[in-house]
Amino acid sequence: MSWNTFATVAETKAALEAKQVSAVELAKHYLDRAAQLNPGLNAYITLNPEKTLSEALSTDNKRSKGEVAPLLGVPIAHKDIYLIDGWRTTCGSKMLENFVAPYTSTVVKYMADAGMVTLGKLNMDEFAMGSSNETSFFGPVKNPWDTSRVPGGSSGGSAAAVAAGLAPASTGTDTGGSIRQPAMFCNLTGLKPTYGICSRYGIIAFASSLDQAGPFAQTAEDCALLLNAMAGFDPRDATSLDRAKEDYTRDLAKPLKGLRIGLPKEFFGEGNEPGVLKAVEAALDVYRKLGATTVEITLPNVKYSVPAYYVVAPAEASSNLSRFDGARFGHRAKEYDDIVDMYKRSRAEGFGAEVKRRILIGTYVLSHGYYDAYYLQAGKLRRLIAEDFKKAYEVCDVVMGPTAPEPSFQFGAKADDPVKMYLNDIYTICANLTGQPAMSHPCGVDENGLHVGMQIIGNYLDEARMLNVAHQYQLATDWHKKHPNI
Amino acid sequence: MSLSAQDIERIAHLARIRVTPDEVGQVQAKLEGIFKLIDDMQSVNTKGVEPMSHGLDMVLRLRDDAVTEKNDRENLQRNAPQAAEGYFLVPKVIE
Repeated sequence: MSWNTFATVAETKAALEAKQVSAVELAKHYLDRAAQLNPGLNAYITLNPEKTLSEALSTDNKRSKGEVAPLLGVPIAHKDIYLIDGWRTTCGSKMLENFVAPYTSTVVKYMADAGMVTLGKLNMDEFAMGSSNETSFFGPVKNPWDTSRVPGGSSGGSAAAVAAGLAPASTGTDTGGSIRQPAMFCNLTGLKPTYGICSRYGIIAFASSLDQAGPFAQTAEDCALLLNAMAGFDPRDATSLDRAKEDYTRDLAKPLKGLRIGLPKEFFGEGNEPGVLKAVEAALDVYRKLGATTVEITLPNVKYSVPAYYVVAPAEASSNLSRFDGARFGHRAKEYDDIVDMYKRSRAEGFGAEVKRRILIGTYVLSHGYYDAYYLQAGKLRRLIAEDFKKAYEVCDVVMGPTAPEPSFQFGAKADDPVKMYLNDIYTICANLTGQPAMSHPCGVDENGLHVGMQIIGNYLDEARMLNVAHQYQLATDWHKKHPNI
Repeated sequence: MSLSAQDIERIAHLARIRVTPDEVGQVQAKLEGIFKLIDDMQSVNTKGVEPMSHGLDMVLRLRDDAVTEKNDRENLQRNAPQAAEGYFLVPKVIE
């Protein structure tokens, strides 16, 4: 069987429905390709061909019995932060090197209910803390476009696997840009939905008020199909939004005439690499040709996003990661004096340097006497940033700008300087602090041929419109159709 | 803001993470850089602003007080570093 490894989810679904290909054939194709290319790219941490093929066979059997499901037999790879019953789930950490999940996360269950077949578990920055995939205990993921460069992070494996045609689509999580920035670095479309749309149950927690699950794919249309499967109320997640299911593909075909695009002057300043700005400006011209108008807006408090984030995220992480104590699951040190020494040594050995740094920051800002100055102040800034956006939506429908100020960088370029690394997320973090949906789509290359992403930030629950906007752009352009030569 | 070596040792103890005397200086330098970034937000006047933790300002649901989970102890303890007879084993805590 010859299969186009860069077929979209929509094309894969159509081929399965037309019985041009079986789920087992597809699973074998991607597993073979992973066996061949993953040793070089390091996108997958765990593959389990036996499980994958048995799932694929069961979806083929369902189809032959006349059963239907929206994505029956379509393969998907999951970030190794999603628990799947019986699969090793490491979160990119030595702490969970041998952890086998005892239950399945809601998002993965919903995707399985939609008929999707799990291909494997994808590499990531340790506990999703990083912007380059260099913090993974299992080694960095290589960017399939240029293996001397980072794929972005933290969902670097999720981006690299789809970009290299090792999976037609993947899941990621986004706490400060961990879907959108790797989507830009690997020339993909990635979406972080509104906080509360996708259940966090069974996703290893980093910063609970910011973490959101979302899809990676080649097109906005695919992201809509995937979000249809992923989203939905879950009583097991206390912050899950209790609302009716919606069809995120419903508005894809709408023309963009009359769309008002807000361009925050704070996103178009000197901090951007010139090639990034040039590509974004060219993409805005395409949007104008499609009938959209652009209006300059201002988000005066957005400059406090990074500092506020580096209080909120570490604070919540220090609390969430206290569960890794060497007593109930995860790594336990071999030698220790007493129980406190067991905790300290287990955590010192099990966590990498970046994770430890963030736990220490979080512990400090939450410690006695510092709460008001840090966590409370950051919470107030979240409100001010959200109000800036609220004002902006009086004059525009969506907000656009570069996804990151510079494209993919070389391994080691920022690894020793956390602050430099953190500033890579300068445009993505605000949507996590406010809970708004945001996505990135390919929009060109800089003078070195490195990929640039356009970020679209939308109002709460406005995913269908954002996907429509990106889809219309993709009908008029072909940046998203470019693939690396591997 | 400046952090002393004692601050680092105190935080590390609170966080239950062993930081060896050799590591303190390195950790101290990196954290100071990060706090310099964080301290940018201290100058903003936020008097009277209600802190936000959720964009849609949702209220947390309550569920019915009913048994919903089955006893899954054996399965859940499979990942324990040391367990016996349904218990997690840890070093002696009470003399």
